[in-house]
Amino acid sequence: MDSPDPDWADVRLHVVTGKGGTGKTTVAAALALALASGGRKVLLVEVEGRQGIAQIFDLPPLPYEERRIAVAPSGGDVYALAIDPEEAMLEYMEMFYGMRRAGRALTKMGIVDFATTVAPGFRDVLVTGKTTEAVRRRGRNGRRVYDAVVLDAPPTGRITRFLNVTKEVAGLARVGPIKNHSDLVSGVVKSPETAVHFVTLLEEMPVQETLDGIAELRSAGLPAGGIFINMVRQSLLPQAALDSAVKGRLDPDEIVLGLKAAGVADGAQATELAAALAGEVVEHAHRTELERAERETLAGAGVTSYELPLLADGVDLAGLYELAETMRTQGAA
Amino acid sequence: MKTPARLDIDAILDDEGTRIIVCCGAGGVGKTTTAAALGLRAAERGRCAVVLTVDPARRLAQSMGLTELDNTPRLVSSPEGGGRLYAMMLDMKRTFDEIIEAHADPARARQILSNPFYQSLSSSFSGTQEYMAMEKLGQLRRSDEWDLIIVDTPPSRSALDFLDAPERLGRFLDGRFIKLLTAPAKAGGRSAFRLLNAGFGLMAGAMTKLLGAQVIKDLQTFVSALDAVFGGFRQRAEMTYQLLQAPGTAFLVVAAPERDAMREASYFVERLAEERMPLAGLVVNRVHTSPASGLSAARSAAAAEDLESRGEHELTAAVLRLHAGRMQLSAREHREQEHFISAHPTVPVVRVRAMSEDVHDLTGLRQIGDLLATA
Repeated sequence: MDSPDPDWADVRLHVVTGKGGTGKTTVAAALALALASGGRKVLLVEVEGRQGIAQIFDLPPLPYEERRIAVAPSGGDVYALAIDPEEAMLEYMEMFYGMRRAGRALTKMGIVDFATTVAPGFRDVLVTGKTTEAVRRRGRNGRRVYDAVVLDAPPTGRITRFLNVTKEVAGLARVGPIKNHSDLVSGVVKSPETAVHFVTLLEEMPVQETLDGIAELRSAGLPAGGIFINMVRQSLLPQAALDSAVKGRLDPDEIVLGLKAAGVADGAQATELAAALAGEVVEHAHRTELERAERETLAGAGVTSYELPLLADGVDLAGLYELAETMRTQGAA
Repeated sequence: MKTPARLDIDAILDDEGTRIIVCCGAGGVGKTTTAAALGLRAAERGRCAVVLTVDPARRLAQSMGLTELDNTPRLVSSPEGGGRLYAMMLDMKRTFDEIIEAHADPARARQILSNPFYQSLSSSFSGTQEYMAMEKLGQLRRSDEWDLIIVDTPPSRSALDFLDAPERLGRFLDGRFIKLLTAPAKAGGRSAFRLLNAGFGLMAGAMTKLLGAQVIKDLQTFVSALDAVFGGFRQRAEMTYQLLQAPGTAFLVVAAPERDAMREASYFVERLAEERMPLAGLVVNRVHTSPASGLSAARSAAAAEDLESRGEHELTAAVLRLHAGRMQLSAREHREQEHFISAHPTVPVVRVRAMSEDVHDLTGLRQIGDLLATA
């Protein structure tokens, strides 16, 4: 079923970033599934050559080619593309100048390696160029080929640089085709058709990086999207029990009685076990308290946030669909 | 799963022959924290240590009293017993500028430093950070002011980048294309010359179309200027590489008990072996354990269900659910480590349990150090 009014209905390019270890690729993949559901066509793009999409969907390494990798709930297709800057450059030269042979010569001479080494801005402009081309591409019927494109982008620390291509290549190419190309990319990236989403955990460092990243993005005039709080653990204990645990007033006697009633342990063993379990509760209570504080800090950013559960069995295909469903019920897609 | 040997951190820190410890691994596994904790522990055991860190999280930097990125080692702590802890944050551009200034005459250095390609290369080349970290490491080692240097590697796209960076930079500066740009006429015999020249014409045309004439001109200026200082570059990169292979160096691979991080750790261990770099062992951070591990997840969940169905002892039922979840997590983390351990049974391992809070001060770092040494 379609969400009544998804939060990013007008967005065509979803850029997903996050600190290392927060599950950026997982969230990007789940978002692509969520956006595709109900009969839409979505392209999931990866740019860092890590083959993270292939791993997550349990597929052989992806070539530089758009291919269908998954079917979304209630119809809809997810396509994937692993962008290789060198291939993107060849394609670009052929498309705009009909110069595929010259392009091959450049590659042989090591010039592509050279250009992307000396100026990563070039590399970024090739990658974002290919991505925005997919966003803008129209079919014969004049309609966009993809309803949405999800980009599994570089991590938070690099995201503004990565997207702010015009600025990055400005010093290198003041005029000429690269400049024109980067202006075109910039037109898409800075438009309301783009949203940059942040993936975080409820931990200090990723939360701080997220806030810094959002501030940096805004000052560069780039559109911040939502925050995906990943791997959220459900609290099983009543708030009162958590409160007393934090204050060191959790009563182990009640746990002892419960353990005996359930037939788990008896006598001194029950007392010992209850003490150990109470220790776990105290730790859990402290963490819950910290998570609450981090959640408040995130709310200060004034950005919509979504919460994704920690998958007990790790991330597999079923888990991705579960995350996609959660995104849809929360209105992210 | 076989039980791997325990990695004895104190033996490494106490051995005066250990002069360099390199912490490497995937992003987000706590490399910098591990490096800082090792530094503090070493100092408190009497070593004069310096921690070289690249782009630390703000809080962690503050926990060591670092406020600016200024390329200068700062005294963090001087515990009783004569040890010292210094820490510094790498300023990548500054380090690069210094190399240029040291290897080129002033006029040429100015020409290089103001070139847009140099500015791009020195501030954002994806290998520059790695290269400069290694360069700085070499400088600190040669200064001989510290008897132990602990370096945490940059949060690269790939954890291996810092090993490749010096060679990549070298290869790049030595490349055919650079040679063509600097001196197309120097290309050897006549036939080779003709071939290259044809290639060059085609290429130059394509380049000009693609980049514009000004870019080509900037590029040529940059490359010919850099060419002059390039010999020194190569040599230094090789020196640092040899330093890393030397017996006084210990590599610690840092990971977390998650699939990606463990996979990266495996790659890294294999790669270090290929490069004949001395691996000391694996640190697995953020491991969840339980003080009540005798009660299995299955039994705990069954008991909780029993209590719930009877509508009794709500608190105990919730506590048992919590415990079951923790045992599950612990089992999953165990599985994630299994592959690594069966593939690399001889690599010593130390596991550091997950802390509920981030590190804010030296007390927190000390605690991590204790866990590293006694876990």
